[in-house]
Amino acid sequence: MRGSGIPIWFFIGVLLTIYGAMILVYGVAEWTTGNYPAGVQLTQLHTPVWWGGLLTALGLLYVVKFRPGRSK
Amino acid sequence: MFGLLTAPIASGFPGSLPAMLLFNTEPLAHLRSLDVVVICLYFAMVLWIGFYLKGRTNTSEEFFMAGREMTAWIAGLSFVSANLGSLELMGWAGSAYQYGILATHWYWIGAIPAMLFLGLMMMPFYYVCKTHSVPGYLNLRYGEHARSVAAFAFAVEMILMSGVNMFAMAVVMKVVLGWDLNFSIIVSSLAVAAYVGLGGLRSAIFNEVLQFVLIWGGALLVPILGLIQAGGVSGLKTKIMQNLQTMSSTVAPDSYFHLWRDTGTFAANPMGVHWTGIVFGLGFVISFGYWTTDFLVVQRVLAAHNLRAARMAPIIGSFFKMAVPFIVILPGLLGLVLLQNPDGSHRQLVGEDVTAACTRATAGGLENSGACSAAMAKTNLSADVQQKVLSGAPDSELHTYNQALPLMMVRYMGPGLLGLGITALIAGFMSGMAGNVSAFSTVWTYDIYKPLIHKTGSDSHYVMVGRLSIITGVIVSIGAAYLVQQFHGIMDYVQALFSIFVAPLLATILFGMFWKRATRLAGFLGLLTGIIFSASLFMWVKFNPAALATVALSPDAKPMAENVFRALWAFLFTAIVIMVTSAITKPRPVTELEGLVYGATKLPAEEPAPWFKREWTWAIVAVVIFAALNIIFW
Repeated sequence: MRGSGIPIWFFIGVLLTIYGAMILVYGVAEWTTGNYPAGVQLTQLHTPVWWGGLLTALGLLYVVKFRPGRSK
Repeated sequence: MFGLLTAPIASGFPGSLPAMLLFNTEPLAHLRSLDVVVICLYFAMVLWIGFYLKGRTNTSEEFFMAGREMTAWIAGLSFVSANLGSLELMGWAGSAYQYGILATHWYWIGAIPAMLFLGLMMMPFYYVCKTHSVPGYLNLRYGEHARSVAAFAFAVEMILMSGVNMFAMAVVMKVVLGWDLNFSIIVSSLAVAAYVGLGGLRSAIFNEVLQFVLIWGGALLVPILGLIQAGGVSGLKTKIMQNLQTMSSTVAPDSYFHLWRDTGTFAANPMGVHWTGIVFGLGFVISFGYWTTDFLVVQRVLAAHNLRAARMAPIIGSFFKMAVPFIVILPGLLGLVLLQNPDGSHRQLVGEDVTAACTRATAGGLENSGACSAAMAKTNLSADVQQKVLSGAPDSELHTYNQALPLMMVRYMGPGLLGLGITALIAGFMSGMAGNVSAFSTVWTYDIYKPLIHKTGSDSHYVMVGRLSIITGVIVSIGAAYLVQQFHGIMDYVQALFSIFVAPLLATILFGMFWKRATRLAGFLGLLTGIIFSASLFMWVKFNPAALATVALSPDAKPMAENVFRALWAFLFTAIVIMVTSAITKPRPVTELEGLVYGATKLPAEEPAPWFKREWTWAIVAVVIFAALNIIFW
């Protein structure tokens, strides 16, 4: 969206950052305790860690790049 | 691709949704507290966006057209996202499980040419005439009567589709998570009413872009992890061939990997389609009808901030559309080889008719073991599995094709990630509902209320009417959802509305936009009689199934062929009516057609842009990729 409002990309960045951080923290806890959910496949790949990290990085990028008040 | 339309064409998903309720089984997934937090955060974000945008939505232009200030990227993503509902994802993953990559036609030839045509050829007229809606264009081109016919048809279709969407979401949430139907319907409708009512089209578009990101964030893991486990693309192919060779299939196993090679005859491919139907019926009439005239998607592009952005939006959308099979078709194919029963054996999915026949009584046994046995006999289920189902053994529940995607999600996603996947499904449903409701609000206010009921209201009055129509629309949608729950047969008629309406509308708009000679009366008569003709064909087959062979030109035709051929006949009928009527009535002076018709319009000069920012450049790139994909998977 053009104009002076908060861009949608900022909202997306906020949500991805929160989601990514939560999933990353859970993934690290799962890895360190070795307590994996029953029935889930490929747990040895530690998906929540790298996927959570990826979402966090992407989210932070959007938050910083599209934060309100940032000059274009 | 076409919202609720395509899934029944290929997989019978929405039409058979009520059957899913009959199968008394355990939910597919159990959410943990982390998953619930992820879902709640999504609802909080959606409402935050709605409240934030309310302060920036004061005029009718802002409420109904999002201020016409969307960039090409946002309009393009919203354009694709408004169509990418959860039924799409689940239905087409199920279709890929059944038919292989033939299902991809609905994403490629069934979308890309029409999207590019909209951007390059049609958008200038929609945009330059500054219409608020597709019926609004018909008003400018053909007059009030044509507009009224289209507006009433749109309004009824959208509100009923919203109700069906709501009911479909509730059923899926019950089957996947065990949620109560009323809970799902009330929570989702309140959220949609709040954020669209507060922020109007701008809020709907924002949430559609958010939904698009969430769908990729939630669903992309399934094909990635599935491919790792299957041993890459070659491993997947080898395993599918091995599995299919053990099944009693009438087609060659490798036809699951070919888009066109085996479409020379109906019987040679798993879907039972012919290339002529794919090219002319799907690739032209249905696809162009949906992507270029359905106001639900066109409204998103009309919100672009200038003509170049409006033309670029569908072209940008076409690239994302071409990528969607990666998260929809591939999981279905992976499900063919990776899904397992609790005992580790290969799990085969079945149609809804089989699960309905094998309904379990509350005591645990089958309600009708004879019907179940007969239904399973038509499948490839092994004798061992059939025996377990008939004996009501624990963990012997059958799962349907349409559950392929959620089953794959449960397979790979633990706490948090599963919440993200479920959020993607919820977001898809809510976005579909919001799209219907926001389009309904615009059509109701601009094309019904303003011209027919109250012509001289102030701008703020029409904004208020728009907000009230959203609340009313949601209430009527809830009513429609409960109506469908009580009378399941209604669902067939509601879904048929779109397919009945789309072909006559396409013919009317194409002749209006590209033929100066088309007259006002011709447009009105063509549209009206085309809709009546199309509805008559539908009812004929509905009450006399044998008529299908006549409509679809083949005794072997299946329901999908009926939809495709009915659309083709309705298009031709409307075209003939328009041409004949135009020939005997007086055309409008060319000066009156400025901004409406090709050849009578001088398009405004666009700002100069380097070659890599021009719409034709990217359209050519899209065509090259589209052609390459079709050749690679020939």
